[in-house]
Amino acid sequence: MNTEAVIEARDLNLTFQTNDGPVQALKDVNLTIGKGDFVSFIGPSGCGKTTFLRVMAALEHPTGGSITVNGMSPDEARRNRAYGYVFQAAGLYPWRTIARNIKLPLEIMGYSKADQEERVNRVLQLVDLEGFGSKYPWQLSGGMQQRASIARALAFDADILLMDEPFGALDEIVRDHLNEQLLKLWARTNKTIGFVTHSIPEAVYLSTKIVVMSPRPGRITDVIDSPLPAERPLDIRDTPEFLEVAHRVREGLRAGHSYD
Amino acid sequence: MRSVLAVLTVVAAIVAIWYAACLPMNIKGVLTEAERAGAVVSPEGAAARRAMSPWALVARNGFAIPATWEQERPRLPAPHQVAVELWQTTVNKKITSKRSLVYHGWVTLSATLLGFAIGTGLGILLAVGIVHSRVMDMSVMPWAIVSQTIPIIALAPMIIVVLYSVGVQGIIPKAVISAYLSFFPVVVGMVKGLRSPGPMQLDLLKTYFASGGQVFWKLRLPASMPYLFASLKIGIAASLVGAIVGELPTGAVAGLGARLLAGSYYGQTVQIWAALFAAAILAACLVGLLGLIERVTLKRMGMAA
Repeated sequence: MNTEAVIEARDLNLTFQTNDGPVQALKDVNLTIGKGDFVSFIGPSGCGKTTFLRVMAALEHPTGGSITVNGMSPDEARRNRAYGYVFQAAGLYPWRTIARNIKLPLEIMGYSKADQEERVNRVLQLVDLEGFGSKYPWQLSGGMQQRASIARALAFDADILLMDEPFGALDEIVRDHLNEQLLKLWARTNKTIGFVTHSIPEAVYLSTKIVVMSPRPGRITDVIDSPLPAERPLDIRDTPEFLEVAHRVREGLRAGHSYD
Repeated sequence: MRSVLAVLTVVAAIVAIWYAACLPMNIKGVLTEAERAGAVVSPEGAAARRAMSPWALVARNGFAIPATWEQERPRLPAPHQVAVELWQTTVNKKITSKRSLVYHGWVTLSATLLGFAIGTGLGILLAVGIVHSRVMDMSVMPWAIVSQTIPIIALAPMIIVVLYSVGVQGIIPKAVISAYLSFFPVVVGMVKGLRSPGPMQLDLLKTYFASGGQVFWKLRLPASMPYLFASLKIGIAASLVGAIVGELPTGAVAGLGARLLAGSYYGQTVQIWAALFAAAILAACLVGLLGLIERVTLKRMGMAA
């Protein structure tokens, strides 16, 4: 199913110069993400998973190797608004209503007023927030705010969605619900998704491809193509296939962890 | 309701302390006047009373106590004397009269508002420059801070002299002094406010490939509003002080500062206190008005706390 490479990293290296000397955040990273893939990046803190996502988004720049996004450099891809980015915190503007928050990227990109309205309604529906457009962020729960921030990333129809631990700050029940919704949304929109997470069940449940990373220096230790079917009810998490993938992820994490 | 009672109690206590303070402050003057008018005062002779504790004089001349609250030129006027003077010079005087505090208040207020507008505009412009340019941050900010360490009372006459020599007089010099005091809190508050968006907010706009202007208008400026209002409240009070100080060294004939100065020349303490209270009431009204504008604005922005 991975016919077309959307993101391609070759021997990617990134070294931060800090006051305590250079820190190698990414070392010799090679990865191909195909169109329509749902790729999770999992690993302990400091393994470079967020840095890798930020490199794709051109928020960081590699110090070695090459990376293309939609066949372009990440900077060009950013200029072409090729991706939507969802941060760990919803980061909605408190002085804008939900609808106007979603309009923010549309205003910046110069969409017409009518087009803005239509898109806001469409993405609010996609994330199940119809009727909340005129509310202010503080009137919504944390989970709803995060859904609004996903809607904001979807509004301008980028075909890549980059998500940096978007549900990390939410409780388990809300998280399950949002995971289920995210899968439905992915199936409907056929986007390519890069998803950073700490949680093994979340990674296995969501992904078609799981990238296991390890720290010091940040590198990829395992890439698992999930054998799970595309249709995934929540209770798939109790099946032997699911547990087997989860086990392999855990093994990969353990192997890469140095406990120093 | 309970808090109203508490507030009234505090006010009553302050007024009581004030009345009590009038006794030792004014007793010597009252006794001198009484002696001159033929009353029997103990001890006799102003020289004998000079070294005595004022409280002892009050104790030995109980009859003189009411008079300490009714002197024409007391050292410390009693609250009701100030209140009466305020009433006489505001409500009971035509506002065109040279003795009307409304007239003097307006003279000072107009300079305050002009200075506040200049100071706020300048402060916002400087803050925008400081936030966007490292060079400005390093070159302007230290001068802004240093400028506030110079006592305004020392600087005011020079500003007035320099502006007069280039032909600028009237309201402008006062407004300049007023602006000089009010731009600083606006600079500091606005710099803080414009810098308040976190790295995540800035990264988000980066992912949209937003221009610098868009980052400013859509993120930095709205995010700075709560900081701006806090600064404006300090700034308007500072503006009023600046306008009053600007009236002192010029021998100005109009304005609350002129009223203070004239009062002190002629020993009219009641007039001084009335002018002081007029200035305080004016400041309270201005700050209150800004607070109201703040509430309405932030509410309309959806940022009301």
